[in-house]
Amino acid sequence: MTATVETATGQRRLTTAKAISEGIAQEMRVNPDVFVMGEDVGPYGGIFGSTGGLIDEFGPKRIIDTPISETGFIGAGIGAATEGMRPIVELMFVDFFGVAMDQIYNHMAKIHFESGGNVKVPMVLMTAVGGGYSDAAQHSQCLWATFAHMPGLKVVAPSNPHDAKGLMIAAIRDDNPVLFMFHKGVMGLPWMAKNPRSIGPVPEEAYEVPIGKAAVPHPGTDVTVVSVSMSVQHCLDVAESLEGKVSVEVLDLRTIAPLDREAILASVSKTGRLVIVDEDYRSFGLSGEVVATITDHDPRLLKVPVQRVAYPDVPVPYARGLEYAALPTRDKIEAAIMQAMKG
Amino acid sequence: MRIRTYEATIQQHYHADKKPAWDIGAGLIPGEMHLAAGQEPVAVGLCANLRDDDAITAPHRPHHLALAKGVDMQAMTAEIYGRTTGLGKGRGGHMHLFDPSQHFSCSGIIAEGMPVAVGQAMAFRHKGLDSVAVGVAGEGAANQGAFYEAMNLASIWSLPVVFIVEDNDWAISVPRDSATPVKDGSVRASAFGMPGERVEGNDVERIYEACKRAVERARGGGGPTLLEVHTVRLWGHFEGDAQAYRGEELAEKQQQDPIALYEARLRADGLLDDAAVAEIAATAQAEVDAAIAFALASPEPSPADLLQYVYA
Repeated sequence: MTATVETATGQRRLTTAKAISEGIAQEMRVNPDVFVMGEDVGPYGGIFGSTGGLIDEFGPKRIIDTPISETGFIGAGIGAATEGMRPIVELMFVDFFGVAMDQIYNHMAKIHFESGGNVKVPMVLMTAVGGGYSDAAQHSQCLWATFAHMPGLKVVAPSNPHDAKGLMIAAIRDDNPVLFMFHKGVMGLPWMAKNPRSIGPVPEEAYEVPIGKAAVPHPGTDVTVVSVSMSVQHCLDVAESLEGKVSVEVLDLRTIAPLDREAILASVSKTGRLVIVDEDYRSFGLSGEVVATITDHDPRLLKVPVQRVAYPDVPVPYARGLEYAALPTRDKIEAAIMQAMKG
Repeated sequence: MRIRTYEATIQQHYHADKKPAWDIGAGLIPGEMHLAAGQEPVAVGLCANLRDDDAITAPHRPHHLALAKGVDMQAMTAEIYGRTTGLGKGRGGHMHLFDPSQHFSCSGIIAEGMPVAVGQAMAFRHKGLDSVAVGVAGEGAANQGAFYEAMNLASIWSLPVVFIVEDNDWAISVPRDSATPVKDGSVRASAFGMPGERVEGNDVERIYEACKRAVERARGGGGPTLLEVHTVRLWGHFEGDAQAYRGEELAEKQQQDPIALYEARLRADGLLDDAAVAEIAATAQAEVDAAIAFALASPEPSPADLLQYVYA
């Protein structure tokens, strides 16, 4: 994998996958309590490259390949965390959550609360999300709302290499359990079509991107487009293509829980128009929560009805034409923006 | 005796203010209540082999294990009464007792504490400690997948874990033999390449000896052990369980109260007399009464603090 690219100006550019593994390595060098555990995280380097090269530096005692046993090793991560370690546990695809949901929902999320704050669970559960490559209903979901729904979990989903490294370091240092959800499409994998935004400048030093803070990668004044993860890349493509016609403000949430409601309100207060782009299921999820953030505060902020470009309420289909009929694409995002601008 | 006194007194207080109409959510101790009368020998025989720095993950029926491990009775009782001085400041309740000073934790989801014990053992080894992690589950829980995943991980990594199955013959109302296809559940250890042992008789001394072997093996780097201890559930699965499903078996089991049997044996051996028994009973009752008084004198959590402790 060509993960590192030197640009003409000498600014170092990394794939998101490389940025994540670099962040993990930097924390592991300074904190002996950090270790990685999961399926194929060792010599393989993670199915989506999130742990590439770590085994060479840290060896099998800290980069631990597990059996196919998600309840067992996620539970073990929880136990290790309660005894002072800082585990990073990889769930290969988020779609596999079902076999370990009790550990995630009833243990990882709740132990701190149940103990009245006496027991902490400083753990990262790292997992691959998203579709767009015909992996069908059990290997393509995003599901961040499923986890953000449970109090006690933090949920982050970076859209680019810079944020991925900074959010990973912040997640490792956080005293709470953090779901770190990387979209396969942003990893910059050599074996999957990718947006050029999946390779980008990444500072060499360790740094944090604060959990719970959205970013505005493309400021604008006419319409707010709220998105997260892979869809942010599409939103930026559309925002740039519309420059001169529509002034689009793209808000990259970066964190789903806790949601940066102030950033949403600040942007919509300015534009009065809201488009939400979400690759997770439409109903009972993130897009509805963003709308509620506005309406709980002041529905009059909205000059026009909200446009939601979210995954329709259907399992992820296999056939390419069907899958792309469901996914948030640039065409759909642009159409939603233009619809919002009609009002 | 201390544990039985605790359970009997909690039972009395639990029911005292649920009359005349029994309402599970009413009274000073609301909610489900799973008491461990009859299973005291497991906790005592196990914990006599454990140090403060060893860990236990207990299931939904945890009082005997907590008290034997050394969890503070007052803080535990305050938790059961839902008070701010409780182990979880009133957020956890009787199925969710956490005491980091004793490395004691619970899960109300049966068998799901077993993987947590595996992780505790990983942490102990990583830190160069010789502490041992013990996971406790009932024989009903031993049919859960989490139990087998945990045994598999502990064995391949040769971790200092002791898996204890408290076989009290009943998974709520389902008898052991209709849920478990082997008479001796410890044979399941062989599938994971670890030693297994079944301890019959609900006898504290035999349980102590079996736990000693398992704990020493774990502490010495010999890896995990599965122990299935045949014990007795003298009372219902939870308080309010009329146990109509048990029939004559219940009356038989009540003749097998391990505390009464052990007391008789110690008396026969000349190690106990009336005065000693009376003193032990009085000491235990005074300690339990003081713990309940402490709980009742403690404040309830303020609704204004509802959202505390969601995040660290």
